[in-house]
Amino acid sequence: MYKYTQFDADFVRQRNAQFRAQIERRLNGSLTEDEFKPLRLMNGLYLQLHAYMLRVAIPYGTLNGGQMRQLAMIAERWDKGYGHFTTRQNIQFNWPKLPDVADILDALGDVEMHAIQTSGNTIRNVTADHFAGAAADELEDPRPYAELIRQWSTDHPEFQFLPRKFKIALSGSPRDRAVTRAHDIGLRMVKRQGVIGFEVIVGGGLGRTPMIGKVIREFIPPAELLPYLEAIVSVWNLLGRRDNKYKARIKITVHEHGIDKIKALVEERFALLRDSFQGNDQRLLEQIRTGFAPPDFKTGPLKTFEQRYGFDRVFRDWVDTNTHPHRNNAYAIVSISLKTPGKTPGDASAEQMRVMADIAELYGHDELRVSHEQNLILPHVHKSDLEAVHKAMQGAGLGTANIGLISDIIACPGMDYCALATARSIPIAQEIATHFDALKAEHDIGVLKVKISGCINACGHHHIGHIGILGLDRAGVENYQITLGGDATETAAIGDRAGPGFSADEIVPAIDRLVAAYLTHRIDASEIFLQTYRRVGLAPFKQALYPTAARGKQANAA
Amino acid sequence: MLRPFIDKVVTANDLREGDVVYLTETNNWTRHLSEAEVLQDEATAKARLTAGSGDVLKIIGAYLADVTAAETGPEPRHFREEFRRTGPSNYFHGKQESAENV
Repeated sequence: MYKYTQFDADFVRQRNAQFRAQIERRLNGSLTEDEFKPLRLMNGLYLQLHAYMLRVAIPYGTLNGGQMRQLAMIAERWDKGYGHFTTRQNIQFNWPKLPDVADILDALGDVEMHAIQTSGNTIRNVTADHFAGAAADELEDPRPYAELIRQWSTDHPEFQFLPRKFKIALSGSPRDRAVTRAHDIGLRMVKRQGVIGFEVIVGGGLGRTPMIGKVIREFIPPAELLPYLEAIVSVWNLLGRRDNKYKARIKITVHEHGIDKIKALVEERFALLRDSFQGNDQRLLEQIRTGFAPPDFKTGPLKTFEQRYGFDRVFRDWVDTNTHPHRNNAYAIVSISLKTPGKTPGDASAEQMRVMADIAELYGHDELRVSHEQNLILPHVHKSDLEAVHKAMQGAGLGTANIGLISDIIACPGMDYCALATARSIPIAQEIATHFDALKAEHDIGVLKVKISGCINACGHHHIGHIGILGLDRAGVENYQITLGGDATETAAIGDRAGPGFSADEIVPAIDRLVAAYLTHRIDASEIFLQTYRRVGLAPFKQALYPTAARGKQANAA
Repeated sequence: MLRPFIDKVVTANDLREGDVVYLTETNNWTRHLSEAEVLQDEATAKARLTAGSGDVLKIIGAYLADVTAAETGPEPRHFREEFRRTGPSNYFHGKQESAENV
């Protein structure tokens, strides 16, 4: 793992000391809330419905056992004993008290973590494929580049007052697990004539105006990556609209000016910037790379694993559902589900965090990842250790075998916590998950990505769910709109709105009807929901959702 | 046509703890909606909001929330305010933790 240099450690410590003094000045009245707000936001501190919320970055989703244990300590000492993992590889604490926040940040600094630029109009936490450095299908680990981008973007003097927030995601694999097409900048690693580089995608994003990003550069070699990124952000910084926050994101800039004009401006700026980096970034990249050396993979017999896999059905289901192919055949990537039906998606208790920290240290080369799907990952587990890992997970309520299935739901905090929300998300996720769990049907239903947001800002990624659910306030009542056919991967697509929304009571039966329609129309079990939707289109699903409307139409036609 | 005025309370979050608070008749901040001062006309509501907002060492983000007067005190008219005076629905946290707070 990347280790802080003395510079990094000093920088975070100094920043924390500054914020400690700013909090004191707010509490004694030297700073007004208007003065304090931008300062707290650039340190990740929000005010939510019931309390403050501290958003802590987990850069490119990577953390070790010691860091996870410290998160558990923070959860117990200063919060209510749990944390919430988010779709942007952050962890949120929902109940910190303002006078404690400086101590929390110091405790984070002790384990090389921080909350810098997790809010505000800055370049946010740089996210990456949660299987980075482990996936069998990967070209190269994208995280050294992610760390380089983090260092470049942190406190970048030109980019502290951007028109709006700015999000960057990286993938090192042709399989896009980092949602690169729904980020302000998505970087997809590609190989050209044996040379690694990045396809640069710009102007993707969800929120009130969902857009799939466009390719602005088909190939940028690593040596030119930072100047090219700087050129993009710099062009947008001047051109982006500051008159209307709903039109400020780069997706709107690209949409209004056209990708060709933006590309021309970026290339022009890039030509000016390219030489100014003078190779310093590349020297830094080489240093950073040493922090991402692959672990010392062990060898050992797999016979016991294979035997257990053969006769233990529960274990086999978990292995089949929750592990992915590792680039080392004797290893597996383990996804730990934070989606036990009935629980809050993405939440882990302090006790569970400690169990995961222990397991990572014992069996996982001391590495953990946070996925944008709000699960945790053990990226490197030797197959002979899977049984022990599974047992430990089961004992901690972390053994649910549902990765990628209908109960593995992304849900934002919604109106249970969020000041921006228009409806609740969590109870809807809980009801859908428990409903299908009780039917014992989800393995038959297969891969089905349900994503729920409690407002149009779309933190719950509803636009790119196979089934997306958007919670709205309709005349003082919670109402849920359904979108269908969204896709977060390399074949990214924004879902189609199915029709009028449903009340909280109607939403589970509506999802049930959608699933029944899928089971009726699929060719066989190998065709997943999204494929069936793409093949047959919206009509049969719409009919399933609105049977009375369909009957009414027939009657009218007759 | 002038719409009839809907009763209001001044609500905010406590500066230190973030907890939801309401302005009382005696210019204090209470954690209990039932103890909040109910404002029955536009001018009073505006004046009380201005007064409450000035309490910058105690609270943050004051605004007016619609309520309906009831025998037990004001009741929220919107579900958002219902959640604010209760707490989240996924854990027994927030105000509901101590029943007398609701």
